[in-house]
Amino acid sequence: MGDLMTTFFSGQVPVEAYLGVSLIMFFAGVYGFLTRRNMLMILISIELMLNAADINFTAFNRYLFPAQLEGFYFALFTIAIAACETAVAIAIIINIYRNLTSVEVGNLDQMKE
Amino acid sequence: MAQQIIFYILAIIISLFSIMAVTSKQIIRSATYLLFVLIATAGFYLLLGYNYLFAVQVAVYAGGVMVLFIFAILLTNRPGESHENELPVRRIAAGITAVAGLALSAHIIYWNIKKISQIVTISDISPAQLGHTMLGTGKYQYLLPFEVISILLLACIVGAIMIARKR
Amino acid sequence: MQYTLLILALPLLNFIVLGLVDSKWKPKVAGTIGTLVLTIVAALSYYATYEYFSFHKVNGVFEKLMPFNMEWLRFTDYLHINLGILLDPISVMMLVVVSTVSLMVHIYSLGYMKGERGFERYYAFLSLFTFSMLGLVLATNIFQMYIFWELVGVSSYLLIGFYYTKPSAVAAAKKAFIVTRFADLGFLIGILLLSYFTKTFDFEALTSGNASVFAGFTGVSFMGISVLSWAMALIFIGGAGKSAMFPLHIWLPDAMEGPTPVSALIHAATMVVAGVYLVARLFPIYDLYTPGVLHGIAYVGAFTSLFAAIIAVVQTDIKRVLAFSTISQIGFMMVALGVSKMGGEQGLGYMASMFHLFTHAMFKALLFLGAGSVIHAVHSNEMNHMGGLRKYMPITNITFLIACLAIAGIPPFSGFFSKDEILTAAFQFSPYFGALMTFTAGLTAFYMFRLYYSIFWGKEHKHQHTPHESPLVMALPLVFLALVTVFAGFIPFGELVSSDRVPFHSELDLTVASISVIVALFSITLATIFYRKESKIPSLLATKFSGLHKAASSRFYVDEVYLFITKKVIFNNVSRPIAWFDRHIIDGTMNGFASTTQWGSLKIKGVQSGQVQQYAYVFLLGTLVIAALVLFV
Repeated sequence: MGDLMTTFFSGQVPVEAYLGVSLIMFFAGVYGFLTRRNMLMILISIELMLNAADINFTAFNRYLFPAQLEGFYFALFTIAIAACETAVAIAIIINIYRNLTSVEVGNLDQMKE
Repeated sequence: MAQQIIFYILAIIISLFSIMAVTSKQIIRSATYLLFVLIATAGFYLLLGYNYLFAVQVAVYAGGVMVLFIFAILLTNRPGESHENELPVRRIAAGITAVAGLALSAHIIYWNIKKISQIVTISDISPAQLGHTMLGTGKYQYLLPFEVISILLLACIVGAIMIARKR
Repeated sequence: MQYTLLILALPLLNFIVLGLVDSKWKPKVAGTIGTLVLTIVAALSYYATYEYFSFHKVNGVFEKLMPFNMEWLRFTDYLHINLGILLDPISVMMLVVVSTVSLMVHIYSLGYMKGERGFERYYAFLSLFTFSMLGLVLATNIFQMYIFWELVGVSSYLLIGFYYTKPSAVAAAKKAFIVTRFADLGFLIGILLLSYFTKTFDFEALTSGNASVFAGFTGVSFMGISVLSWAMALIFIGGAGKSAMFPLHIWLPDAMEGPTPVSALIHAATMVVAGVYLVARLFPIYDLYTPGVLHGIAYVGAFTSLFAAIIAVVQTDIKRVLAFSTISQIGFMMVALGVSKMGGEQGLGYMASMFHLFTHAMFKALLFLGAGSVIHAVHSNEMNHMGGLRKYMPITNITFLIACLAIAGIPPFSGFFSKDEILTAAFQFSPYFGALMTFTAGLTAFYMFRLYYSIFWGKEHKHQHTPHESPLVMALPLVFLALVTVFAGFIPFGELVSSDRVPFHSELDLTVASISVIVALFSITLATIFYRKESKIPSLLATKFSGLHKAASSRFYVDEVYLFITKKVIFNNVSRPIAWFDRHIIDGTMNGFASTTQWGSLKIKGVQSGQVQQYAYVFLLGTLVIAALVLFV
C-alpha cells in the first residue's frame, strides 16, 4: 500500500488512480440503479456508469497506447450514444408519466401479465 | 505537481458527488450533483490531454443532457409528494453488492495494472488530425461509426418526438 | 374394362356428396340421387359381367383381369400394398350380387325409411357400405381386401346403430363391431404371417399354384402345426367373424336392431358372405397346402349350420329367425367350400358354394325385405303380433312364399339347385356329412314355413289399424327379387364359376335331389300341420322338451358364456387391475410430473417480478460470482 502511496504523490498520476475514480463512480451508479425507484434517478445512475466507462477508455488510451486514438473515439461515440439514449429515455419517461402520472418503476409491471 | 493536485481535487469531487448523486433524497439535487461529476470528468479529459473530448463532454453532457434531465424532472416532479421510500434491506443488499464489486475490481486493478503506469507526453491532437481520423476510411479511421452515430441521432430525434408527442 | 373403376368411384362420390350436404337437401332428393347413382352402378356391373363372361374366355379358361392396379404403399422392395380392381368369375359374380341387392335396398328404402330422421345420413351410409363392399370383392390383394373389410365393418356399425337414440341399437352396433373386430385381429395376424413368408399380398401370386411362393413356409411350424396352416386358420377366423360362424355368430342376431333394409343388404346378402368369399378367394391355398384347415372349415360350417337352424326353430322375433337362418345358410356355403377340391367335378363344392351365395343373397334379401314390409305394416317384430296377413298383403305374401320355397329347396326355385349341389358335394365327401346337411336342410324348411305360416296364416291378431300392402317402391324390389329367385336356378352356374375357372357342366344328382326334396316336403308338411291353423302340438312339444326348447330360445346360452367370460373373467381379473395400474401408476406418475412442475413454477414465479432492478441485481451478483470464481479458484 505504501508503494501505491508513493506513486500517488511522486512523479505523475498513475493509471490506477484514474481507474480507481472511475470504479467509485461506476459502483455509485450501480448502487443508484439498484436502489432508486424514480426512473429519472435510474437514468442518472446509468449516466454515471457510462461516464466511468469513458474515463477508463481515455485513461487506457493515454497510458497504454498513446500513439493511437481508439479509446478517444470510443469515448466520443459513447457520449453521443449516451445523449441519444437519454433523449429517448426521457421521452419514454414522459410518456409513461402521462399515462400513469408516476415515474416509479414499481408501477411498471403490467407487461408481466 | 500541479497536475497531480488538480487530479486529486477532481477525483475527490467525482467520488463525493457520485455517491451524493445516488443517495440524495431530492432528485433535482441529484441532477445537480451529476452535473458536477460530469464537469469534473471533463476536467479529467483535459488532464489527459484530450481537449476535444473535454469540449464535447461539456457541450453534450453538461449542456445538452443536463438540460433534458432538468426539464424532465420539472415535468414529472409533483411537489409535496413523498417519494423514495424504498426498503432498507434493499439498500443494504445493493450497498453490499456494490462494495463487493468495488473491492473485486480494485483487487484486479491493484494486482494487474500498477506496473504499466507511465504517461507519455505527446503533443496535443490537432483538429486537422482529428478531422482526418474521424472522416477517413482507412485503418484506425472512423468514418463508418461516425455515420452510424449520425443516423442513430436522427433516429433518436424522430423516435423521441414520436414517443413523447400527444396522441 | 377401365370403366369398372366407376363402379367403385360412384358410390364413394355419392357417399361424400350425400354425407356433406346432409340435411341441406330434401330427403326425397337425397334418396333419389342415391338410388339413381346406384342404378348406374348396377347397370355398369351388369355390363361388366356380360362383357367379362362373353369375351374374356381364353382357351376355355376365364381370364383374371386387372383393369386397374396402382401401388399405394410400399413397405419393402417386394412387399407393397396395391389398390386395384381384379375381375375374375367370383368377383364379377359378387359384383352382380352386391349391386343388385344394394339397388333393391336403395329403392325399397325410399318407401321404408320415408319420414325417418336422418334419411340423408342413411343413404350416405348405404353408399359407403356399397363402396366398401364393392372394393372388398374387387380387391386385387389381400391387404386391400383387409382395408375394405374394415370399411365394411365400419359402415355396418354405422348402419346397425342408425337409430342411435335406442340403447339396444347402440349396444348391438358396439357388439357387432367389437366381435368382428376381434375376429379381424386373427385375419390381420394371418395376413402378416402369410405375407411375411410369401413376400407378397397379391391374390394373383398367392393363388397361382406356384409352389415357390410358399417355399418360405417349409419347415416352419408352431406348436406342431405348420405356420402356413396357422396363417390360413387365422385368416379363416377373420372370415368366420364377418360370416357369423360359431362361436363368433353372436353379433348377427343383435345386428337386427338396424333398419330392416340394412339387415337385408348387409346382414343377409352381402357383408356376411364376405367370409365365404374370402375363403373362396384363397381356396387354392387352402386346398393345396392346408387341407386340414379346409376340413376344419367344413366342420365349423356344418356345426354352425345345424346349431343356428335349431335356434331358428324356436325364435319368435321374425328378424331373429331370419338372422339365424342366415347363419345357417352361410354354414352351408362354408361346408360346400370345405368339402370341395380344386378343379372340374372335384370342385363341385366350390361352385355350389358360390351358387348358393348368389341365390341365397337374392332370396334372403327378399325374405328380409318382405319381413320389413310386414313390420312396416304391423309395427312389430314379434310373430304373435302377426298372423293372417295374407289377406291384407298379397304381394308380400306371394313373394315371401316364393323365397320360403326357395330356401326350403323346392324345385324349380333357385335355392333347390344350389342347395342340391351343396348336398351332393357333401355326400361325395362323406355320407354322414351329407346326411347331417340334409337334416339341417329339413330343419330349414321347417322353420321357414313356421315363420311363413305365423306371419301370413294362423290366428289373426288384433291390429290397431288394418294392415295394408306396402307402397309400390317397396313392392317393386320384392317382385324383382322374387323373379330372380324363381329363375336364378336355371343359370348354368358351373359354366361361369368354378374353382379353376374352367367351365364345367354340373348334372343334377337325382338321388340326392329326390332325398332332399322329400325331406323338405316332409318338413313343410310338419310345419303346415303345426302352424297353419292354431294347433296344440307346438306348445305340447315345447313342454315335453322344455329343456331343449328353453336352451334353444336362449340361443344355447352362448351370449351368456361370452358375458361370463368377458365380464366376470376378463373384466375382473385382467381389465380391473390394468385399469387400476393405469389410473394410479401411469396417470399418477404423469400427474405427479404435472403437479411437481406446477408447484415448482408457482414457487419460482416470484423471480419473474417484472422489476428490472431485481433482474439487474441478480445479473450483477452472477457477474461478481463468476469474476470471483475466475480470480480465486
